[in-house]
Amino acid sequence: MEFIILLVILGVVVLLALVVVALYNGLVQRRLRVDEAWSQIDVQLKRRHDLIPNLVNAVRGYMEFEQETLQNVTQARADAVAAGAQGPADQAQAENALTGTLRSLFAVMENYPDLKANQNVLSLQEELSTTENQISFSRQHYNASVRDYNTAIATVPAVFIAGMFGFSRRDFFEAEPEAQQVPEVRLR
Amino acid sequence: MASSTTFFNQQASNRRKSLLLLISVGVLLGALGFAAGFGATGDPFGGLWFTAGAVVLAVLLASGSYFAGDRIVLAASQAKPVTQESHPQLMNVVREMSLAANVPMPRVHVIEDSAPNAFATGRDPRHASVAVTTGLLEKLDREELQGVIAHELGHVRNYDIRFMLLIGVVVGGVALLADLFLRYTFFFGGRGGNRGGGRGGGNPFQIVMLVVAVVLAILAPIAARLVQMSVSRQREYLADASAVEFTRNPTGLEQALWKIGTDREVLEVANRSTQHLYFVNPLKKLEASASSVWATHPPLADRIDRLRSLHSAGPLTEDERAILSRR
Repeated sequence: MEFIILLVILGVVVLLALVVVALYNGLVQRRLRVDEAWSQIDVQLKRRHDLIPNLVNAVRGYMEFEQETLQNVTQARADAVAAGAQGPADQAQAENALTGTLRSLFAVMENYPDLKANQNVLSLQEELSTTENQISFSRQHYNASVRDYNTAIATVPAVFIAGMFGFSRRDFFEAEPEAQQVPEVRLR
Repeated sequence: MASSTTFFNQQASNRRKSLLLLISVGVLLGALGFAAGFGATGDPFGGLWFTAGAVVLAVLLASGSYFAGDRIVLAASQAKPVTQESHPQLMNVVREMSLAANVPMPRVHVIEDSAPNAFATGRDPRHASVAVTTGLLEKLDREELQGVIAHELGHVRNYDIRFMLLIGVVVGGVALLADLFLRYTFFFGGRGGNRGGGRGGGNPFQIVMLVVAVVLAILAPIAARLVQMSVSRQREYLADASAVEFTRNPTGLEQALWKIGTDREVLEVANRSTQHLYFVNPLKKLEASASSVWATHPPLADRIDRLRSLHSAGPLTEDERAILSRR
């Protein structure tokens, strides 16, 4: 009799252990997906940081009257690089500010026909547009996988083990607010 | 979320249709082989031999198209692979769209031709190729190019490429085999009849089979082509919808369709066996009857109207439709 009870207890313990292992693996997999999606964005963000000084240097000579716009871009880039260590939420804010200043720069560049004939500037502009697009397309995958992961660790059954094994919530990489900044137009 | 479920369903339904297509073509060919063989040799064993031959040929054709079809299509269209260095913008746009479509980066090819057009091919998203003409690169701006590439990657993600690859070769194959049977049957039909006569009196069953074989051989290619056309038209609407889902911008694709629709160049490398692959039908003279059951693509004006309704612009005016149909 005692033997049977022992067996049953043992069976239950083994079963519980298996369930915990399965849940744990599921969470690890989701977290991995979040990390992968993040690294996709991160590569593009770094690439953009590397491209911007080149563009600023390339256009500086042409745009004597737009030093302020260029300074804004350089400053926003420095902020974004600094925010790199502070996690997706802060980074998103700094990167969105950078996107805004870049937009104003591109808008102002339209006024300089010489720039549009410069092959180097054109290819830098193309590279920056594609990085920006890739950031925004990667963002939706990242946010979807974060949503999936955050939901999993906050709902039954995984919620019981999430805290125990240190699975914590991840931040979304927020898009800039819908009302995009209209580039400033100055008539001089 | 709803849209991804629908697209998942679409993928599954495309895979199902690919299988169904293969099975029905196999059965059709088997029946044709049996009827032709029976009719020609006058005994059921002859029929079985022909059936076996037809099925083996069908399997060879299907597997050949599955594994090598994309290379054949690319070679037939004289598409050359390109690199990041030679075509940075094109490669960038394809990379962006493959991120948005969540498929691996396909191989990218360019066709030396001033007629703007594009196609995608391959057996699955891992083995996919996208080809665009030099005319497309010259005539479209970045936003429009993005729309076209998104449409092609829509075909990739929805598994249309596999279906279109198989159906293209299968339709060609059915026509080829039917033709072969027709010639063969008449050739052997005479000999078989003589042998039957030697046994005393013609076999009435043999004549019936001969008639069945001839009817099948005539109808099979037509039926196969009709299926191909109707499926192909639906895929185009779906790929347009996928493109908007990826780019979140119907205007680029809409303008691309308009520009390509009003372009008068003729794509020289396209022919009847590859026309269903392209972004818009490359065979201009077939466009006039675009709404007929033989068209591989829906009428351009209808595709544009569907896109316009997405950003609450009204449909094209009669004049605009007239410009498109005057190609």
